[in-house]
Amino acid sequence: MKKVYSRIESITGNVISVRAQDVAYGELASVSTRFGHSLAEVIRLEDDLVSLQVFAGGRGISTGDELRFLGNPMRVSFSDSLKGRIFNGAGEPRDKGPALAENLIPIGGPSVNPTNRIIPREMIRTGIPMIDLFNTLVKSQKLPIFSVSGEPYNQLLARIAMQAEVDLIILGGMGLKYDDYLYFKEALENGGALQKTIMFVHTAADPVVECLMVPDISLAVAERFALKGLNVLVLLTDMTNFADALKEIAITQEQVPSNRGYPGDLYSQLAARYEKAVDFADAGSITTLAVTTMPGDDVTHPVPDNTGYITEGQFYLKGGRIEPFGSLSRLKQMVNGKTRSDHRAIMDGMIKLFSAYRDTLEKKSMGFQMSAWDQKLLKYGELFEREMMDLSVNVPLEKALDKGWEILASCFDPQETGLQTKLLDQFWPKKA
Amino acid sequence: MTNTKGAVTGVNGNMVTVRVDGTVAMNEVAYILVADKKLKAEVIRIRGDQVQTQVFEMTKGIKVGMPVEFSGEMLAVALGPGLLGMIYDGLQNPLPEVAAKTGNFLEPGVYLDALPRDRKWAFTPSAKPGDKLERADTLGTVPEGAFTHRIMVPFGMLGSYTVKSIKPAGSYTIHDEVAVLQDESGNSHSVRMSFQWPVKRAIDCYVERLKPVEPMVTKTRIIDTFFPVAKGGTYCIPGPFGAGKTVLQQVTSRNADVDIVILAACGERAGEVVETLKEFPELLDPKTGKSLMERTIIVCNTSSMPVASREASVYTAVTMAEYYRQMGLNVLLLADSTSRWAQAMREMSGRLEEIPGEEAFPAYLESVIASFYERAGIVRLKDGATGSVTIGGTVSPAGGNFEEPVTQATLKVVGAFHGLSRERSDARKYPAIHPLDSWSKYEGVMQPSSVAWAHHYLERGTEVGQMMKVVGEEGTSIDDYIIYLKGEFLDAVYLQQNSFDAVDASVSPERQKLSFSRVVRVLGSSFSFKDKEEARAWFNRLRQSFLDMNGIEWGKPAFKDADKAIVAFMDERATALAPEAKRIIESLE
Repeated sequence: MKKVYSRIESITGNVISVRAQDVAYGELASVSTRFGHSLAEVIRLEDDLVSLQVFAGGRGISTGDELRFLGNPMRVSFSDSLKGRIFNGAGEPRDKGPALAENLIPIGGPSVNPTNRIIPREMIRTGIPMIDLFNTLVKSQKLPIFSVSGEPYNQLLARIAMQAEVDLIILGGMGLKYDDYLYFKEALENGGALQKTIMFVHTAADPVVECLMVPDISLAVAERFALKGLNVLVLLTDMTNFADALKEIAITQEQVPSNRGYPGDLYSQLAARYEKAVDFADAGSITTLAVTTMPGDDVTHPVPDNTGYITEGQFYLKGGRIEPFGSLSRLKQMVNGKTRSDHRAIMDGMIKLFSAYRDTLEKKSMGFQMSAWDQKLLKYGELFEREMMDLSVNVPLEKALDKGWEILASCFDPQETGLQTKLLDQFWPKKA
Repeated sequence: MTNTKGAVTGVNGNMVTVRVDGTVAMNEVAYILVADKKLKAEVIRIRGDQVQTQVFEMTKGIKVGMPVEFSGEMLAVALGPGLLGMIYDGLQNPLPEVAAKTGNFLEPGVYLDALPRDRKWAFTPSAKPGDKLERADTLGTVPEGAFTHRIMVPFGMLGSYTVKSIKPAGSYTIHDEVAVLQDESGNSHSVRMSFQWPVKRAIDCYVERLKPVEPMVTKTRIIDTFFPVAKGGTYCIPGPFGAGKTVLQQVTSRNADVDIVILAACGERAGEVVETLKEFPELLDPKTGKSLMERTIIVCNTSSMPVASREASVYTAVTMAEYYRQMGLNVLLLADSTSRWAQAMREMSGRLEEIPGEEAFPAYLESVIASFYERAGIVRLKDGATGSVTIGGTVSPAGGNFEEPVTQATLKVVGAFHGLSRERSDARKYPAIHPLDSWSKYEGVMQPSSVAWAHHYLERGTEVGQMMKVVGEEGTSIDDYIIYLKGEFLDAVYLQQNSFDAVDASVSPERQKLSFSRVVRVLGSSFSFKDKEEARAWFNRLRQSFLDMNGIEWGKPAFKDADKAIVAFMDERATALAPEAKRIIESLE
């Protein structure tokens, strides 16, 4: 029988402290307040003074409320019955389903031994040409989606969740608007992907501490499924909210801020989550896509900046499209040589021409005269934007490549494309 | 273990406070006994009987009252034969052996022998009984890969010793006694092939430090010619994310003209280390013909591994580098990234509640960075041989802004600065070292005056380029336009290198001299073109044939033909050669 503590010494923000013995760092406790029970995690020990972070927040907690230590760190239930379920940041059901308590696993476990990692080798098909063709997603890759508030990044994530060729999707929502939560739920239900999805969702209305738990819970579950041989895709949205939650907690704990109020360990905190992406030589894999909204579209803001140093490239979502410039999959070279012989050539060739199109647009906007070549580029650019960049396009890589040749053929003569003659002979569409 | 007993009184992140009974030393290693595990920690502050330690593991599960043991030793690494080819974490735990024991994950509290315990080494004594020796003097040698590994009197043995006995030639493990030394008061000391040395103390068993003058060839043109690094020197590579810091270091680790390379992957992506781990055993060292791994040590404390051992990892790496320097070898230490190391210091400083300096970095940031880089150097040893440690560190400045404290503190102490630019990397110019911002205080494979002369064209070319953005091509005189083209030409054919091309990826100094001489000829020649269109077309053709030549193997007939064709193509157009260019070309022949 665990001892019950009924005297809370101090309450600051979401942090409370009690005097207690034999408490472990990281241990969980249950606090009973007049609003119900909440979990709390030990974040500091000082002699017999134990500081705890209350998941439900400090609001309304009374110094006379009861607190009971649970004797274990934060854990989450792991079994196949997680599939199709929705939970909150504390691991409690958000859908109407039963709470799960069997086979509890700890979260935030140790890092993978670097010598046991393998060189990434397989692509993940998403059916989105701007990804598959131009910036291929690779199994075990960690990629952020840099975007700005108002962009359809959640729509993009939902599409990837429905179309990606993986065994399991884990969606971690942090600070989601309730509408967006409902959108994900409906989209996945209608798309028939809910059964291979597990959702851990913290909405903007929920206590901020639970936001911090979402990536760890999501990744701990992902790791177990990966070890069982599944290829898991973890979708996180929005990591900037996670970083802001870190900031909020650090500031209330009177930590010295480093850059724009963020704590000094922001890099390590983000890296600990992103580095969970892995391909096990003898089991499955974890691939991570994480939305990072950039305040003010500023890539040098501490959150996207630290993220960029950690991840293996980024997708840059702007104007409702994945921008070919600014987006980069650092691992694409590992896989795009093995798909189809024209993949790399089309990738480079089309982007070069698209870049020329952007230059022409600029010239046009300045009122310069358009040459015949400029006219060709303008036609090409419009086709490219419509047939390739539009997010609603859903075609397999091979079809996208064929489409690429079609677009080129409808705008240019073969020698104008700068592609190798060998490839032109093989792939240039024959006139009907 | 010492007699000092301690008990945990507080936990805050990876900082654990301990109440002690007995003596404690600063930076002493302590072990916290958690259930069946011992977690390694380092003493970082002592206040009365309250001692604060940074724990090299996750601190989850630690309780107030848990017992703490003190080792009496500072954080140290094992030095001896068998270091080469190893992959360590920041505390010198061999990672492949850890994997064999604990599987896919790095379980806390697992500390294994750094050096293979049972491996036998063929020892050849060189000292004889009766010899008078001091620390770092050679007792004998063992072959280690392509090197002769000196078995030395442990560096911590101060004073002078007489050899009482020494083992005959034969094979021994690192734990076998190879010699017995007698100190001045007659006490005997047993010496083995391996010993410990505290990582935060520089190894200073040399006669004097010399000025670094000999270039360390990296086979990257822009470095060797324009921003050279000397053996025993220091340099830094700051750059925003995605500018190619790690790629540049990987290429350098392969091509650098040194004996041993130590890679310290400090707080960076694990994936990048994996590439090195899997590729190096397959690649051959051009110098010895053996696998590159045999000249490499990897210290790998990636971003998700505990932050306190990240702080230790650069010291672990530099200590091993200094050890091999004692054998008269040239060692290159590449640290990626020193910003992550500085951030580790910042995290601890915050937990210690120290008064923060700029961007919350501790006030001692500059002096710590300076003393780290000062562990580089070329030294003359007692036997007259020289050995060197060269340190190259990447810096990851927040927001790509070089004004931040880590970059600035680093720039104060290094001898060369290879600043990477986002602009150049976006334009796919590799290496993205910015030719106007970067600098070096060392002398490279060319004369500094020749380099400065060529560099001048880059500056002028850039100026004209800037001007042209405002006034347009029409408003630029043809003379200025030619200068612009010359600057662009130098950039395209000499500063940039195609890392995917087997030939162009690594360029020997002889070849650099020839290419440089040809480039100087273009820069110093006067040309007459009827209009800009013609000038541009001519330079485009020249650039194309030069780039083609860059891809042809050195010394092959095809190379000589290409070179001749280029010279002929130039001479056809050139009207006069500037005297300075003539002097440079003659000096290169």
